[in-house]
Amino acid sequence: MTTITPYRSTTRNTRDGFGQLLHAEWTKFRTVRGWVIGMIIAVLVTAGIGIFVAAGGASPSCQAVNGTGGQSGGCGGPTLTLGPGGEPVTDNFYFVRQPLAGNGSITVRVTSLTSLLPPTGSELGTPPSRPGAVPWSKAGIIIGATSLSTPQPYAAMMITGGHGVRMQWNYTGDTPGRPGTVSAASPRWLRLTRDGDTITGYDSADGVHWAVVGVVRLAGLASTVQAGLFTASPTIPVNSVNISGVTQGGGGGTASTAVFDHLSRTGAWPAGRWTGGYTEGDLAAEAQGIGGYHQVAGRITVTGQGDIAPAIPDQGQPGSSQGTIAIYLIGTFLGLIAIAVVATMFMTGEYRRGLIRTTLAASPRRGRVLAAKALVIGAVAFAAGLLGAVGAEIVGTHLADSRGTQVFPEPWPTELRMIIGTAALVAVVAVLTLAVATVTRRSVAAVSIVFVAIVVPYFLSAVATLPVGVADWLMRVTPAAAFALQQATPQYPQVQAYYAPVAGFYPLAPWAGFAVLCAWTLLALGAAAYLLRRRDA
Amino acid sequence: MSQTARAARPEPEPSTGSARSGAAAGRGDAKHPASGWRFPDALYDALHAEWTKLRTLPGTGWLLLALAALTIAVSAAADAATTVAACPPGGCQSDPVKLTLTGVQAGQAIVVIIAVLAVSGEYSTGMIRVTLTAMPRRLTMLAAKAATVAAPVLAVGAIAVLASALAGRLILPGHGFTTAHGYPALSLGSGPMLRAAVGSVIYLALIALLSLGIATAVRESAVAIGLVLGLLYLFPIVTDVVGNQHWHRHLEQLSPMTSGLYIQAGVNLSDLPLTPWQGLGVLTLWSTAALTLGALVLHFRDA
Repeated sequence: MTTITPYRSTTRNTRDGFGQLLHAEWTKFRTVRGWVIGMIIAVLVTAGIGIFVAAGGASPSCQAVNGTGGQSGGCGGPTLTLGPGGEPVTDNFYFVRQPLAGNGSITVRVTSLTSLLPPTGSELGTPPSRPGAVPWSKAGIIIGATSLSTPQPYAAMMITGGHGVRMQWNYTGDTPGRPGTVSAASPRWLRLTRDGDTITGYDSADGVHWAVVGVVRLAGLASTVQAGLFTASPTIPVNSVNISGVTQGGGGGTASTAVFDHLSRTGAWPAGRWTGGYTEGDLAAEAQGIGGYHQVAGRITVTGQGDIAPAIPDQGQPGSSQGTIAIYLIGTFLGLIAIAVVATMFMTGEYRRGLIRTTLAASPRRGRVLAAKALVIGAVAFAAGLLGAVGAEIVGTHLADSRGTQVFPEPWPTELRMIIGTAALVAVVAVLTLAVATVTRRSVAAVSIVFVAIVVPYFLSAVATLPVGVADWLMRVTPAAAFALQQATPQYPQVQAYYAPVAGFYPLAPWAGFAVLCAWTLLALGAAAYLLRRRDA
Repeated sequence: MSQTARAARPEPEPSTGSARSGAAAGRGDAKHPASGWRFPDALYDALHAEWTKLRTLPGTGWLLLALAALTIAVSAAADAATTVAACPPGGCQSDPVKLTLTGVQAGQAIVVIIAVLAVSGEYSTGMIRVTLTAMPRRLTMLAAKAATVAAPVLAVGAIAVLASALAGRLILPGHGFTTAHGYPALSLGSGPMLRAAVGSVIYLALIALLSLGIATAVRESAVAIGLVLGLLYLFPIVTDVVGNQHWHRHLEQLSPMTSGLYIQAGVNLSDLPLTPWQGLGVLTLWSTAALTLGALVLHFRDA
């Protein structure tokens, strides 16, 4: 009696694990030359455009916009002034000062703050002559301010043109006090006291009932510091639309005048006269005769311009010298186009050639096929985005340094967020594209949907002429919101500037914008998984 | 199988005629046997065939509708979102002509899709082999395709631009664009507005031809759309951040999109690196180059 041994395949019985599926999808990706070339192109354009921009950033013909008292620095101008926190700051205002040794206090009443704006339609640099309101003009008292062109820790109590009483310190700190504007009928009393490193700010409507506005500890405050009265009047951004798109000019310089009285002090003040002047010696303002103080019978009038606040980079002005490192990432947008095309074909290629039937026969659990594909294309895109972003940032920064282009320094966490964020943005867009392609199964439809959803909104908001309101709205609800990951300089409410996508400021916080993209991607992946299961392939 | 198409070229098979539909086929057969190519009739047949293909695709109508809707919607939104009085102190110089036609910048994306689909749709389904068998003269086919794509884009583009201009006329005066503020009334009879409107329609058609040429060269729809949009958007984005004034100017002059849209300029014409019509000329050069490339590749490559 013979035993019949049934045939057994000699290949080892492996589990239909997810690993195999990933390996299969990776093999598909890696062996299509066009897709690999597409990814390489994505890396090259992302990095290449960044490097090109860095190379073209500085130029002999570059004309610095000498904002009167605006941002310090500029093409061939002085270097950026850095505040105590390491951020670039504007630190040039009219300061009437005396040294204060040790502890002490200063109290004053402000009865008026008026401002002049540049005449309408005037050239840049025209002296301000038109009465008007400057929302962030500032006048008040300050302790520990600049020791002439080197920013030092400080705290100040001030009345502003449109934001009531504020206490501000170390350029970025800002706390509101009593609201409303100042006038002779409703003056404001301001007081600052110093006790060691601690400075307390008070305000009052009548000089009798005082309220604490803020208490701050200033690390590294010298024992003898400058203190006194100041007036600042920042440059106002000019929003102009020209033919090639929205152009942000350097704006117009303004001038403000404040009237103080009832000045009283405690502590060790010298007996001599006050010294008045611009903290950085503003030649432009002085040439126009703006800036000065005079004292008549207890009334002190101080006129000045400039600002004491965080600096905002020159806003998209062609030929501007102050870029942020965000401009080196501008090529992401083109890299994204290449990656979206590859991600589309990664899925539609299966349908076009009928390979999808083989794929699904080999792995009947369709959801897992989609997951494997998403992982592979996401990982590849992440790597491509990372390579492109790192290349653009590193080479771009070095190139800019060697050419003397001023770039706003960013703390390393911000830079890291921008680079990792760019890679994540690219990866998630690839997955979104894959999901859309799974739903449509046709290249044209998938690519078009992704472009209309991401590329067109980004382009219209960040480059072209859309008005700020529409642009902000687009950058909130469309997947393009994730470009917020590339915002370099934060938005400061206490600085009036042109905060718009075209100037590099996005309406959503970086990771919130990314969450919008992720939400769209999850939605698309859900639809893709559902349809892939329900439809015949 | 492309060999079939090529082999068919010198002497089309009798079945060629039946590939053409109805009247066109009968007419062609009656006037000239399948051997000769006579200018007006052959072109007419090609046009008829291309038009039938484009017309009977379900997507075409929707895309043309989308072109009109997107253009008008974005224009109107831009009008509604801009208020001159809201400009910060210091004054602002808005260009109402350009503002009115903002939607063209969004609508062109749809035009790209329409034009790319007309070509790559044939390749993805294999229809191109039938087409080239029926119309062995490939350049005639391409010319017919170009004409049949450009015509509806011109027509719908004209409607969209007219509606955008009308929307601007209705919306903008309420937003501070009045003669009192120094802005001229937006009438299609006025020089810059008329030039911008006519030019924008031509701009859209030129974008269609550019896309058609590139799509013919690369065949794959996704790649074609990527290339066209990359080409259009590359220059403005790079120009935006390049500081060097010379590079800046040259990049603007080279850019098919930036230069082409100079046709919409209403103010500060002297600040432009090119005059509006020269700008449109730059785009025309790009479109011609793309079509030439497409024609060469189509002529010398197997389908």
